[in-house]
Amino acid sequence: MTTDRPLVLGIESSCDETGIGIVRGTELLTNTVSSSMDEHVRFGGVIPEIASRAHLEAFVPTLRAALDDAGVTLDELDAIAVTAGPGLSGALMVGVSAAKALAVATGKPLYAINHLVAHVGVGMVGGTFSDGLPPNLGALLVSGGHTEILRVVNIANDVELLGSTIDDAAGEAYDKTARILGLGYPGGPAIDRLARQGDPKAIRFPRGLSQPKYMGSAEEPGPHRYDWSFSGLKTAVARSVEQYEAAGLEVPVADIAASFQEAVVDIITAKAVLACREHGITNLLLGGGVAANRRLRELTGERCAAAGITLTIPAPSLCTDNGAMVAALGAQIVLDGGSPSGIAFGTDPSLPVTSVMLAEA
Amino acid sequence: MLLLALDTSAAATVALLHDDAVVGRFASADTRSHAEVLAPAVHRILSDAGVAGTELDAVVAGVGPGPFTGLRAGLVTARTLGFVWGVPLYGVMSLDALAFDAAAGGAVPAGSAFLAGTDARRGEVYWAAYRAPSQPGALPELLDGPHVGSASALPGGQPLVGRAASLYPDDVDGVPSFAASDPDAASLARVARLRLLAGAPLRDTSPLYLRESDAQVPGPRKRATA
Ligand SMILES: [Zn+2]
Repeated sequence: MTTDRPLVLGIESSCDETGIGIVRGTELLTNTVSSSMDEHVRFGGVIPEIASRAHLEAFVPTLRAALDDAGVTLDELDAIAVTAGPGLSGALMVGVSAAKALAVATGKPLYAINHLVAHVGVGMVGGTFSDGLPPNLGALLVSGGHTEILRVVNIANDVELLGSTIDDAAGEAYDKTARILGLGYPGGPAIDRLARQGDPKAIRFPRGLSQPKYMGSAEEPGPHRYDWSFSGLKTAVARSVEQYEAAGLEVPVADIAASFQEAVVDIITAKAVLACREHGITNLLLGGGVAANRRLRELTGERCAAAGITLTIPAPSLCTDNGAMVAALGAQIVLDGGSPSGIAFGTDPSLPVTSVMLAEA
Repeated sequence: MLLLALDTSAAATVALLHDDAVVGRFASADTRSHAEVLAPAVHRILSDAGVAGTELDAVVAGVGPGPFTGLRAGLVTARTLGFVWGVPLYGVMSLDALAFDAAAGGAVPAGSAFLAGTDARRGEVYWAAYRAPSQPGALPELLDGPHVGSASALPGGQPLVGRAASLYPDDVDGVPSFAASDPDAASLARVARLRLLAGAPLRDTSPLYLRESDAQVPGPRKRATA
């Protein structure tokens, strides 16, 4: 490659978005996404088989639209990147099979990359960080599929997981709680909207893994100092609703929504900022679909400011799952001199963040 | 006529057919690694044959029925190859390849009815009913199907070719020489070629899932009462 601005096409299919992005170095040329979200509404959550079927039907049309939108041809590409994991197994399989076929048919090198790290890599494009990724960088990723705090030493090859949810993702907790409250899917926007009219202090819902035995101290960290747990929260919401119903009282849906949201956002931001402070992180990127949440943005901003941490939130279309983030990370790996992954690798639904990309199988 | 065919309805198989000659082929017995092995197989077969994808007359995909994840790996591969190379893309029912194989191999009497059946997992089979051609080398006629269901519910009194015969020997009248056979890409390509030569229509590459996604719409939450 003779360019310091590699032209990279990225493919994302780890959940319910079929995404194709194309970047030239750090310049975003297209971020084309086809979502099957509407097909999951009546189920109240993403159904893997429905998402996988939708990926198959959406792939070639999305590819065609992305090439048109970017005004480039496949011949001009320097590399192709694809999400190899983590994510839904059957959904990943469609994007990876397609990416391999694209690599075979074009003869272009293929990079199999990590979805979570790509959520950070997206900071390289779209004007998010105008001077490239800053030093002492961390990332707080909150979505329907994941909740993690990462430390990023080198986006292309050195990323560490500081903490994550041990059960449900935060977005999943929103979906389940919205179902209990009869608010529909996706739960995040519905709860966020209703929470504005409620009292966030009306009910004190539990903050998971916040007890001293899990937290420990900075010197002697407990087993879950930076981890989250949200499965107990939806149980607490359900119990609260039942208590009102059993007493023949009207359920204060707005107060419950506000109190639930406060519990989620409080524990996410408290632990994230703690992890940043104790690991010298002074720049934090907030990514994932739940980064659109009003209260999460507000409280993360407040607590980062108080701790002297600079908070950056990419544009909403770059926070949700998309192909541009895969292309953006792919370009960084190409520039870092990473070797392609070949075409024999497998998908890895539980790929750890320490694997920024897969080595040749 | 130069055809590249892929079938992932059971095993992962790839074949390159030049007129009626098989120039290259690949088959993996593993039914759960389609996403790993398919692209390398396509790459190797074409490069061994010194054929560029753009020289193909068509890409042919087996559209099932077959287990969902593997089936999709083949279909998205075929669709993407066809799109990039700008060559026609056709679908063939995977059971047609099995039926053609059996008829061409003389495993079923000319003009007689028979069944083709593959493993649908969960104790069921994918199947279709055919009539063997009266002339050798012609295409069997599809009489019924494809369907998915219990092997014990298949129409009786007809010989069955395909893996369903070895999985459910008590339920079906299996043809021993084809009792462990899966759809093969070379036969799939031959079926497509005969149809193209005859000017007969081919399918598009819509998958034959035959089963719904198993998703359940959650019922309303039970209300607590005082
Ligand atoms: Zn994501």
